[in-house]
Amino acid sequence: MRFLEEFRDPVLAEAIVARIAGLVTRPWVLMEVCGGQTHAIIRYGIDQLLPDSVELIHGPGCPVCVTPVACIDEALELARRQDVIFATFADMLRVPGSDTDLLACKAMGGDVRTVYSPLDAVQLARENPGREVVFFAVGFETTAPVNALSVVQAKASSVDNFSLLVSQVRVPPAIEAIAGSLGNRVQAFLAAGHVCAVMGYWEYEAVAARLGVPVVVTGFEPLDVLLGIEAALGQLERGEARVENQYARCVDRDGNREAQNLMKQVFRETGQSWRGLGRLEASGLQLQGRYASYDAREKFALSGVPSRESGECLAGDVLTGRIRPYECPRFGRECTPDSPLGATMVSGEGACAAYYRYRRNAGAHRA
Amino acid sequence: MCLAIPGRVISISGVGLERQALVRFGDVERVVNLCLTPEAVTDDYVIVHVGCAIRVLDQEEAQRALSLLHELASMERGHAVS
Ligand code: SF4
Repeated sequence: MRFLEEFRDPVLAEAIVARIAGLVTRPWVLMEVCGGQTHAIIRYGIDQLLPDSVELIHGPGCPVCVTPVACIDEALELARRQDVIFATFADMLRVPGSDTDLLACKAMGGDVRTVYSPLDAVQLARENPGREVVFFAVGFETTAPVNALSVVQAKASSVDNFSLLVSQVRVPPAIEAIAGSLGNRVQAFLAAGHVCAVMGYWEYEAVAARLGVPVVVTGFEPLDVLLGIEAALGQLERGEARVENQYARCVDRDGNREAQNLMKQVFRETGQSWRGLGRLEASGLQLQGRYASYDAREKFALSGVPSRESGECLAGDVLTGRIRPYECPRFGRECTPDSPLGATMVSGEGACAAYYRYRRNAGAHRA
Repeated sequence: MCLAIPGRVISISGVGLERQALVRFGDVERVVNLCLTPEAVTDDYVIVHVGCAIRVLDQEEAQRALSLLHELASMERGHAVS
C-alpha cells in the first residue's frame, strides 16, 4: 500500500542502522511512548539492530492497557443491564475487571456489541430507539475527536438513547509524570505520531525545555521508528533537549485545528487514573456543558463499587518500564493472549502480548 | 489502538457532520467520515482512524523524506565499497 510499504524498505533501514551505530558513544535509555511503536519495534526486531548500549523502555501508550480496573467494572455494570446495548472496540472485550470481563458478560447474556467506530455506535442507537446504547470511549488524543464527533452527531440528530463511558487519556501529563518520577531512567522520548497528528507538537516544547529531555515525534513504520531513534540519540549525544518532528508527512506544529475545536466543545480536562502511573492531574477528559447529558456515569448513576486489582499481574511495572514482560513470573505460563491475566497481554499493542507473539523465548535475547 | 492508516480518497459525498468519502486501502474500500478534514479532496491520501479521517497526508513531505533516505543509502553503499 502506498505510504506504508515504502517506509518498510529493509535496504533503507540498514542505512539508518549504520548511521546510528556511528553516532552512539555512550549508553542511552529511550522510551517509545506509544504501544503501536512497541509493537513495530518487537515485530521487526528494531531493538536488536541497535548498539548494545541503547536501551528502549516500552511506555504506557496503549489506552486498553492503562484503563483502570474500576473503569472496566463500570463497563461490566452497564453491560449487565437489560436496557443497555454496550458497544465497544474489540480490544476491550478480554480486559479483566475485578471479577470477570466483557466477553464473559456477553456469554452470560449481556448485550455487548463490537464496533469499528464510535460513529457506528450512534447508528446502533438510531436503529434501536427502545434501548440505551453506551459506547466505551477509551483512547488517547487520536481517538478523542472521533468520540467527540459521535456525541455531536447524536445531539444534532436528537438521538437521546446514546451515551459514552469515557476513559480518555492525554499523553503530555504521562510524559511529565514519567520523566519527573523518582528513579526515572528515561533520557529521551519518542512521542506518539498519531496523537500529534491531532494535537500538533507545540505542547511538548515546554515539556522538553522544562525537563531537559529530547522529544521526537515519531511514526509507526520501521523506518519511522529508526529515524525517530536516530534523531533522539543525535540530540542526546550533542547535549540538546528539544522537540523534533520525524513524522512530517502526518504531523505539523499546530495539529488538526478542526479536531481540536470539536474536542474543546465536547470535553474538558479532568484527573484520570492510569494503570501503573496512578492518578494524574488533567490527564483525562470528561464530557462538559451541553454534552454532559451524554455521560453514561451520570445517566445511569453508576454505583462505584470498590474494585480489586489482581495481585498476580505486574502490568503496572511493565507499563512504567520497571520490568520486561518476560520477567513477570506469569508470562507465557498462567498468562497468555488466550487467557490473559492483565490488559497488557490482551491488547495487540500491549508489551506483554507483543513479546508473547514475537519473542516467546525473549529471555534468550538481548532486550 | 492509535492505529491509523493512509488511504486514497476515491469520491466524496454528503455535507456537514455526514460528509464522507469512499477511501481505498490497497484492495479494500471503506466509507470514511470526513468531518475532521474538511480540506480533503479526491485523490488526497487521508490518515484514517476508527472510521474517521484525522489528517490529510502531506505527499511532498513523504517524498522528501524518502529521497533523503535513498541518498543516505547510496552514500552508505559508497562507504562500504571504498
Ligand atoms: S505477563 Fe500477564 S500477568 Fe504478567 S504483567 Fe503481563 S499481563 Fe500481567
